[in-house]
Amino acid sequence: MDSMKRIYMDHSATTAVDPLVMDAMLPYFTERFGNASSLHSFGQEAAEALSDSRSMVAESIGAREEEIIFTSGGTESDNIALQGVLSREAGKRQHIITSVIEHPAVLNTCSFLESAGHEVTYVPVNSEGIVDLGEVERAVRDNTVLISIMHANNEIGTIQPVKEIAGIAKENDLYLHTDAVQSVGKIPVDVNGLGVDMLSISSHKIHGPKGIGALYVREGITLDPVIFGGGHERGLRPGTENIPGIVGLAKAVSLARERLGADSAHMGKLRDSLISNVFGTISDVRLNGHPKQRLPNNANFSFKHVEGESLLMMLDMAGIAVSTGSACSSRSLHSSHVLTSIGLEPDYIHGSVRVSLGRENTMDEVDHLTGVLQETVAKLRQISSPGQC
Amino acid sequence: MYSRKTIEEFTNPKNVGVIEDADGVGEVGSTVDGDVITMYVKVNDNVLTDVKFKTFGCVVAISTSTMVTQLAKGKTIDQALAISNEDVQEALGGLPEGKGKCSGFALDALRKAIEDFRNKQH
Repeated sequence: MDSMKRIYMDHSATTAVDPLVMDAMLPYFTERFGNASSLHSFGQEAAEALSDSRSMVAESIGAREEEIIFTSGGTESDNIALQGVLSREAGKRQHIITSVIEHPAVLNTCSFLESAGHEVTYVPVNSEGIVDLGEVERAVRDNTVLISIMHANNEIGTIQPVKEIAGIAKENDLYLHTDAVQSVGKIPVDVNGLGVDMLSISSHKIHGPKGIGALYVREGITLDPVIFGGGHERGLRPGTENIPGIVGLAKAVSLARERLGADSAHMGKLRDSLISNVFGTISDVRLNGHPKQRLPNNANFSFKHVEGESLLMMLDMAGIAVSTGSACSSRSLHSSHVLTSIGLEPDYIHGSVRVSLGRENTMDEVDHLTGVLQETVAKLRQISSPGQC
Repeated sequence: MYSRKTIEEFTNPKNVGVIEDADGVGEVGSTVDGDVITMYVKVNDNVLTDVKFKTFGCVVAISTSTMVTQLAKGKTIDQALAISNEDVQEALGGLPEGKGKCSGFALDALRKAIEDFRNKQH
């Protein structure tokens, strides 16, 4: 194992920090370590970095500097957006529309809001994982205040029609939030083009450090804070700013934007080749999600009569890291809510693997993965053979 | 997460297959809920002379299946029925927290196969 070459194809989970991002961050740990709230020169260095970073993040999504709030990551951004709106509108509008395939950061926040007396409608998706616009429209009520629909799904990579949803939000005077944690750096993300009011970003999905993210909040929108403290980040996200993290996020976002065209072309080519190879060499397989309207780096497969964790572990033993939507505990296999929501057949639902490519993956690695997948699926089918049951 | 022994058994499971002229067959689970284990036993003079399995499931389901066949093979029926969940887990060098209950699934399949054998005797 130690001498085996390891191949990482789980970039939707996290990514390695880019050396250029590291270089940008390092001085802010040791030399420019000031508190951005301090008036002396150390503090001012940090404040300058904060301002420059805010500007870089804003520019990368077509926003204005003052519309960017730094957070600890996508989860916190989602929480601030949803809770912030609902709290602000307390006693008035209290209904949210979201989708059944959102990330737990949104779904669990919605659950919490429901327990606090708010109302949530979870709109379904079709078999390709796309939200039905008619369902969104029909879900709007007199007391609806917010629509929160992710830009791209983290498991099956489908890209949602956010721009069209923005039209529905605008017609009905609703706020629109989108979780763009998976889409930033993979496809163009422009807050005005999309027509969103709030947008969540995470750094570690785009070769930045973990523990830092951002929330875009359109000018004129006021949210209530989720945590309380000093007046940092317009009072919305108090706490001494994580300057090295913020500098890292800004550098990562900026690099992702610069490299977007080349990266997405490269990953898209690998993804298409992988899909074609898998369908050419392995029988009884499904591609989960929309065939075209998906992230360039995502391929989510389900193999009939193969269990996801077993497949993942065997691939890992062959040095290849992917992820699965299948989890096992207490005599029961649980498949992801996303795969359940797209109505995947029972014979396939437990056997999913998500391959999420990165800019450093190569065609040789894709070919290697295909070969290993072919052998591993055959081996597991030989062990399982439920047709015999 | 998993012990070296569990991974070893998972990677190279023994006694995989179907006994075509099995004296008893036991199946637990369903493909809808996941984890389907089928055990086949061959019995001669009250001794399990052969035990084979087919398992659709996770690492624990496969590793416990192969371990149960190895623990049961060559044992008398009573000895096989006395194999406990703890015995299986111990033989695998322990299982991660939360996965312990899964190990009983393969034993349930074995017990059903023995029950099937006994039912056929009457």
